[in-house]
Amino acid sequence: MSLFIQQVLNGIMLGSVYSLVALGLTLEYGILHIPNFTHGALYMAGAYVTFLLATSLGLNFWLAMVISMIALALIGMIMERLVYRPLMLESPLNSFIAAIGMIFIFVDGALYLFGPDFKRFPPVHTQIVQVLGTTITFQRIIIIFVTVTLIVLLHLFIKKTVVGATIEATAQDMEGARLMGINVKRVRMMVFALGTALAAAAASLIAPIHLVHPGMGGPVILKAFVIIILGGMGSIPGAIIGGFLLGLVESLSGGYISTSYHEVFSFGVLVTVLAIRPTGLFGGKG
Amino acid sequence: MKTLSHLYSPKRLAVLLLILLGFTIPFFVTSRFYLHILIMCCLWGMAATSMNLIMGYTGQVNLAHGAFFGIGAYAAGLLMLKLGLNFWPALVLACIITMALGFCIGILALRTKGSYFAIGTMCFNVIITVIIDSWEELTEGARGLLGIPRPSAIPLPFGGEITFTSMPSYYYLVLISLLLTLLVIYRIVHSMLGRSFMAIRGNEELAESLGIHAMRTKLLSFLISTVFAGLAGVLYASYIGFLSPEISDYHITFEFLIFCMIGGLGTLGGPLIGAFLLTVVSELLQGIAIPRLVAYGFLLVITIIFLRGGIVGGAQMLWLRVSGKERR
Repeated sequence: MSLFIQQVLNGIMLGSVYSLVALGLTLEYGILHIPNFTHGALYMAGAYVTFLLATSLGLNFWLAMVISMIALALIGMIMERLVYRPLMLESPLNSFIAAIGMIFIFVDGALYLFGPDFKRFPPVHTQIVQVLGTTITFQRIIIIFVTVTLIVLLHLFIKKTVVGATIEATAQDMEGARLMGINVKRVRMMVFALGTALAAAAASLIAPIHLVHPGMGGPVILKAFVIIILGGMGSIPGAIIGGFLLGLVESLSGGYISTSYHEVFSFGVLVTVLAIRPTGLFGGKG
Repeated sequence: MKTLSHLYSPKRLAVLLLILLGFTIPFFVTSRFYLHILIMCCLWGMAATSMNLIMGYTGQVNLAHGAFFGIGAYAAGLLMLKLGLNFWPALVLACIITMALGFCIGILALRTKGSYFAIGTMCFNVIITVIIDSWEELTEGARGLLGIPRPSAIPLPFGGEITFTSMPSYYYLVLISLLLTLLVIYRIVHSMLGRSFMAIRGNEELAESLGIHAMRTKLLSFLISTVFAGLAGVLYASYIGFLSPEISDYHITFEFLIFCMIGGLGTLGGPLIGAFLLTVVSELLQGIAIPRLVAYGFLLVITIIFLRGGIVGGAQMLWLRVSGKERR
């Protein structure tokens, strides 16, 4: 029982990270139709920024995380402006190939700058908490808490503010939004800023538990794609529920079956779903 | 009716000259290092050319291509090391195994379209690499396969035999395989089948309305391209003599993709030019501390935004402009 609760808590923690990454991706892919594969590389970059700020400058962890989110939001906006905007009116496949190019730039740039070794984060919140008879570190509880806060804030931003409404309008009908006087280009940049900031937050939260290294974004982005394809393109609840579900599945199968094949398992699910429903579980058009 | 001038068109002459140059290079290049680069160019050229068939001509961005290269390499290596097979039967069997796995993956993945296909095949690529890495009883996992033999000698009818132990002889083997790949793909592209591939690239629904069975045609293109990727993998395994799971990694797929994009997607010579150019440049720059893949990344982004046709497409555009045939 203790193992079960431990794995469930771990799963929820992993799931929060997946949800945050998938949320950013679902905004970019579902709303702007850009398969932004670079998202995982930006996630990695976010972890590095937080890591460097916290260790070299000795900043407080939370301050470092906020700065990292802002920095990554800027990088996301620049990327949208320079790379994805010129490809705006073309097949998403071209954006996809450009994204692969940018993965090379970010991941191998990080490899070149910081080396391939795993960076250990200085421990942040190591207090131990008793939950239902199992002990877990405080950091894990904080991850879940911050994730929920960020999700609620995002929801309020999109549903309650005018700026958020322009995002929703663009998602529903880009032409219509433009006719209503919404600056679609600005919405695109804003969506990218939001998405990459969420990725940076997720990476910074998990960094003290997992290690920081250049390849850390690869598996995460593939899983985020699994989530948004299963949960439906552009669906925010789909990304959240899918993220937690995948985290739980992975942590439970890792705890009870085997850890070396858990990637095969989650991609196997995706491939099966795609084989049965080629446009995703809730997808309409391809 | 073929006229004499058509038979001796500058394009044909240039191709003939290039083939002649390819065959005579070992006579004046004796350095093992340069021959090694040439062999790698031919191998990557084969892989990129085969990827071009499914991606450039049929319009399906197959991001599992590196996995098929790895499957071919591992299949040949395992058949030779574990079953003690001779190189030539292992080569044939490895190609068949690659095609069989290509069939299984293709029939699932090809149901999807566009970016879903790209993502799906990429997941397949990761799955295959993880399986090669984790199935240690069969593949030795991360330790890799060591000591894969070179091709066995072919006896000639009048005594004597062709051996593949020296560098030039192996170079001829890969060169002939490359030319064979190019010939097959050239013939396919210029046949009715190639037309139906391109029709699917243009518009799948429209092609189907004209009586082209889209699924079957795409699968055929997929299978042909995997066979040649497998063949390149076999030759690679036998040349390098060592295999590790990285050889099926999606980074290999991305390299093929870059060769195709830089050279010119959907042109016969493009992927070949891309593979030769980038292999030569990266091998020559190996001593200099330039993050090669970062440069590749920039090249890829710039190509996709500004020079969609790659080098060949750019040259064609330039030629049209210079010769004043540009359509207005």
